[in-house]
Amino acid sequence: MIRLRHKLTKGDFVLDVDAEIPDAGITGIFGESGSGKTTLLRCIAGLERGASEDGLPAHKRNVGYVFQQPTLFPHLDVRGNIEFGAKRAMSNRVDGSQVIDILRLGSFLDRKPDTLSGGEAQRVAIAAALLRSPDLVLMDEPLASLDRARKDELLPYFDRLHDELSVPVVYVSHDIEEIGRLCDHLVLLENGRVTASGDLFDVLSRVDVPLLSGRNAGVVLWASAVEVEDGLTKFHFADGDIWVPGVFATDAAPLRLRIAASDVSICRERPSQTTILNVLRVTVDAVHRVDDAISLVRLDAGNQVLLARVTNRSVARLELKPADRVFAQVKSVTVRH
Amino acid sequence: MNIFGPLWLSIQLALATTAILLLIGTPIAWWLSQTSSRWKPIAQTIVAMPIVLPPTVLGFYLLILLGPDGAIGSWWVQLTGSALTFSFAGLVIASCIYSMPFAIQPMQNAFEALPRQMLERAWTLGASRLDAFFSVVVPLSVRGFVGGLVLSFAHTLGEFGVVLMVGGNIPGETRVISIAIYDHVETLNYAAAHKMSLLLLAFAFVVLLGMYVFNRRWDSR
Repeated sequence: MIRLRHKLTKGDFVLDVDAEIPDAGITGIFGESGSGKTTLLRCIAGLERGASEDGLPAHKRNVGYVFQQPTLFPHLDVRGNIEFGAKRAMSNRVDGSQVIDILRLGSFLDRKPDTLSGGEAQRVAIAAALLRSPDLVLMDEPLASLDRARKDELLPYFDRLHDELSVPVVYVSHDIEEIGRLCDHLVLLENGRVTASGDLFDVLSRVDVPLLSGRNAGVVLWASAVEVEDGLTKFHFADGDIWVPGVFATDAAPLRLRIAASDVSICRERPSQTTILNVLRVTVDAVHRVDDAISLVRLDAGNQVLLARVTNRSVARLELKPADRVFAQVKSVTVRH
Repeated sequence: MNIFGPLWLSIQLALATTAILLLIGTPIAWWLSQTSSRWKPIAQTIVAMPIVLPPTVLGFYLLILLGPDGAIGSWWVQLTGSALTFSFAGLVIASCIYSMPFAIQPMQNAFEALPRQMLERAWTLGASRLDAFFSVVVPLSVRGFVGGLVLSFAHTLGEFGVVLMVGGNIPGETRVISIAIYDHVETLNYAAAHKMSLLLLAFAFVVLLGMYVFNRRWDSR
């Protein structure tokens, strides 16, 4: 485990964090803008004075940092940029050629930064941070400056880094989908304080966390693709199956699915005439009133959990309470691929 | 009559001044570019003063300060046994103060134009502050350095009032080209004044042209 312990006051804003994160995999830090996500990363990196007890400056902490905007050194070529950190590394734990291979940088090592696209520059910046052989890599919304297409292009690189390198990563984002897709562990930050922390799947299935009760509510789960038909792929899911538009490789490793709470509705009886493909038999586990209008319902679907965002009026009309057997209609599912 | 003697002395003075200003001006320019101290406006004002002060005012105070009874001058006499005023060393000190803003301001502007994140990236990649300065700041501020050095060199070369006040007119010691020209005009030796003026004109033109050509090439690399 890695202990994060930082205190910083900046005008009206106070950051006060004391949390532990695993020393493997990707830990997501999720919060609204202004919650202190970037400030926390800067504290961990040693870029904010007086925020840590050891008081070490940035260059003496073995921590890599990937900024939101990839600011490469314009006077160095890609090779020079990547090697900048390697030359000053405290160890050679990370294999440079492996990183260059994973991020597919081999073909433009001799190019100058101003000839790279935003996504390519960010890949170079990530490689540079990794080649420092850091104990921890901090990533501050590395995809936020890119458009949708570039994001989708870059995401598989994160998967490969995650699967092939053992360097733990702290990944800051205000996009819960991005977090749900990439991270293993989740820390929620509100007003400079940690409000929840733990395994991604567990934290996302909680109904009592205000930050995750609005449009951010939703669960992430693992499922295996088993069959393709009519342009749809069937995933094994708990007691039933889930059909998702698109073709995914069957008999491969389980994929990560995200189901937003706003895409799940509840019926007392199995609906027969509906355009919604996925109807699952579930048990109500908990009903949590979010505000005057909305409740979050946690549904137990065998060994998986679903969240449904419904109105209080519907909860009253259906008389929903724990242990009720009901049907969940799942309108849409996002798959990490 | 030797016209190259005074020119050579001027060049020596300008080279010495430029070298010293590179050494002391760089840290000052860096500090000014990074600090948010409340003393910054005062420091900036002091650095910029020589631009607006008449050289005679600056020269007058330097004459008092560097004179055998002055704060710096008396210490110099104790140290070396000779006076600072009316000496080459005294001229160098005076020139450094007189040309300081011309060295510092271009460097400061170049430092300020560097994104803060560039530095922070260098630090998080393991570079100490000094390492980051030499491996990132210096290569990216070449224009500022060239500008600062060329301007302080050229400005020192064209110095007159301050030299007259603290240096006088000693051949081989303080008789720089601008003083020599003034002398020739005073004694109505226009031919010699012409030659020297033309030489200085050509020299200044070439140096400044060289700087602007360099800047252009540098930008279009």
